[in-house]
Amino acid sequence: NSETSNHSFQFEIHFKVVQSPKFNQHQHFKMLSTIARRGRQQLSTSISIRSASTSTLIIAEPTNDASALAPSTLAAITAAQKLHSGPITLMSNQPINPATVPSSISHILNTNQTDSLAETIAASVQQAVAAKSYSHILAPATKFGSNVIPRTAAVLNFSPVMDIIEILSEDTFVRPIYAGNALAKVQSTQDVKVLTVRSTAFEKAEVDGSSASVEDLHVEPQSMTEFISANVSKSNRPELSSANIVISGGRGMKNGENFALLEALADKLDGAVGASRAAVDAGYVPNDLQVGQTGKVVAPDLYIAVGISGAIQHLSGMKDSKTIVAINNDPDAPIMQVADYALCEDLFKAVPELTEKV
Amino acid sequence: MKILVGVKRVVDYAVKVRVGADGVNLKNVKMSLNPFCEIAVEEAVKLKENKAANVSEVVALSVGPKQCQETLRTALAMGCDRGIHISTDLRTDYMELQSDAVAKLFQKVIEEKEKDIHLVLVGKQAIDSDCGQVGPALAGYMSWPQCTFASKVDLDGDGLLVERETDSGTETIKVPKLPAVVTCDLRLNTPRYATLPNIMKAKKKKVDTYKAEEFGVDLEVKNKVLEVYEPPSRKEGILVDDVDTLIDKLRNEASVIQ
Repeated sequence: NSETSNHSFQFEIHFKVVQSPKFNQHQHFKMLSTIARRGRQQLSTSISIRSASTSTLIIAEPTNDASALAPSTLAAITAAQKLHSGPITLMSNQPINPATVPSSISHILNTNQTDSLAETIAASVQQAVAAKSYSHILAPATKFGSNVIPRTAAVLNFSPVMDIIEILSEDTFVRPIYAGNALAKVQSTQDVKVLTVRSTAFEKAEVDGSSASVEDLHVEPQSMTEFISANVSKSNRPELSSANIVISGGRGMKNGENFALLEALADKLDGAVGASRAAVDAGYVPNDLQVGQTGKVVAPDLYIAVGISGAIQHLSGMKDSKTIVAINNDPDAPIMQVADYALCEDLFKAVPELTEKV
Repeated sequence: MKILVGVKRVVDYAVKVRVGADGVNLKNVKMSLNPFCEIAVEEAVKLKENKAANVSEVVALSVGPKQCQETLRTALAMGCDRGIHISTDLRTDYMELQSDAVAKLFQKVIEEKEKDIHLVLVGKQAIDSDCGQVGPALAGYMSWPQCTFASKVDLDGDGLLVERETDSGTETIKVPKLPAVVTCDLRLNTPRYATLPNIMKAKKKKVDTYKAEEFGVDLEVKNKVLEVYEPPSRKEGILVDDVDTLIDKLRNEASVIQ
């Protein structure tokens, strides 16, 4: 272009200009020309202000086992890779070995905190962004992410986009509303995009080891809340959110003891056990088994809905499953219309038979 | 102790929504009190009925069109003492007025209108926007402690002991000192039905109305909704006659089991 041919540099400068959607080509061009025209001292200042820096901070899901990232964190990393080609930093309260994370991670921040309370995480992120600017801040759309992200965004004065299922560009995402009966294409107008990422919508990033730098982030402990104890459901079965096969029970199970029938089938198929809100409401099973709009969203290869009528709210949590089976003795139950294979039979006969023969 | 309860008017949970040119079509659609807000109201009223809690007043707050007054009357009929309606015709189902603005309006009410709030109870999420942001965002703006997805709330000295739902079970959090924000989850309580006498009494309870604009909060959308569309529909399924057929289909057609 004739404009640049008139400028001569006294020293070589190599810098990567990442096109920001905010500016058109002419504006990028004008910025480069301005930088070139200024003196050396002003030049370094210009670069740090003018270059569109894209960089993502991911808040890792806390795990009991620090040797492996949670599946939801791996899905968030895949999402981060779709946003831009800038660096990805992983923040965790436990030390993470760079060899146990995907190669796309360039930095690891260890906060050395003993809890994952929202106040602690918000303070940690505030510290992280004080040291370095990020264009995107992500967390998985789990109960953890849903707890920490709105507060974290608020203290930074941003409005997050929750539960994104698709990334169209650096600033445009798709998220479900109305229990997933409608999808909204959303464009964030803010300088920093704060997001939670639905784990079932993104592949888990491959753990191929990284050469990430590791840094300790000092965070002042907070005293607004105090973690007392955790009551964790112990199970040898696969984790519900990431299992390939899920067998869920509804009000048709009649009581909590009958869930043993589903557990037997789950054991045979190496699957997880879930439940509808009705079953949780009735006290058959604990809340962390709930699949639905306000429970967990799952998308396994096989979802077997046993004694579940198929309310809108439940469908919202499992309609992305590859194959849906319904076992229900009511042929008019809404779930029978959604299922790929519907078996209209008494579940107390069908489930044991299925367990035996499968 | 003074309690502020957020109540949102949303599409009724049983309605199957339809997507139109301007987003979800809400014309002539049944609207109700958001189920999780209902749980928040119940918890507030239960605390008021607990002498040990020493609750002086429960104030219900709703942001939305004039029909929110009906939503407030439901909350009053369940036992809230007073209502505040922040009136706006902006759509509150994510399309026009979003959670950051709503949380900031709550903040303004606490800082300017109801200066001695000790506890804010809101639902964990609204079933239209499904954001779950207002509670924790408000706690962030106010620098107050937060307990989301509460399944049990107990008084504990000057503060609270809250059991909350997590991805793997539950955990217990101590809030040493109020004020605090608590968001309410499914297992917290079973909301009462408003009795007819209470519905009649509610008509006489005070509801103050303010315009959303008068608080000086930035109501502009930060996350612009460009388009709303229906998700792709699933292929139609089939009825299978027996377990043997089901196993055959799963093994050989769907290939999801060995």
